[in-house]
Amino acid sequence: MTELSGKCVIAIGERDGIPGPAIAEVVRSAGAREVVSFTQCFV
Amino acid sequence: MRANGDNEVVVVLGTPDRDSTEIVTQTVTTGDPSYAGPLSGIPLGLPVIHVLDERVAAQSDPATYSSEIGLMLDALETDALVAATRTSESG
Repeated sequence: MTELSGKCVIAIGERDGIPGPAIAEVVRSAGAREVVSFTQCFV
Repeated sequence: MRANGDNEVVVVLGTPDRDSTEIVTQTVTTGDPSYAGPLSGIPLGLPVIHVLDERVAAQSDPATYSSEIGLMLDALETDALVAATRTSESG
């Protein structure tokens, strides 16, 4: 089980998938702290 | 950055397909498989989980998860994406 609460999270989003800020919001609600968040784009 | 035994850092992915999920997963666990970037040959060993994984949903606020992720659960191939990250857990 990957526990998120209390962890530092690197959020790697992608334009065609889920963007980084959306991942960051989710992990914050799980008690984690996002330390890096970005959205990759390969267009 | 170096991996530590306490796993205080977790990588959460929002990648849309199996290929990109596998590449990013390998890059932050065993090292860049394409040998094109600075992480080639550097095994960080970080735990990886996809944001569509039910284990993320179970730990998150349901309203936040629904508003931020919502439709993407149905739009993307969730099972394949989750399976691609879980290959890193067996090694």
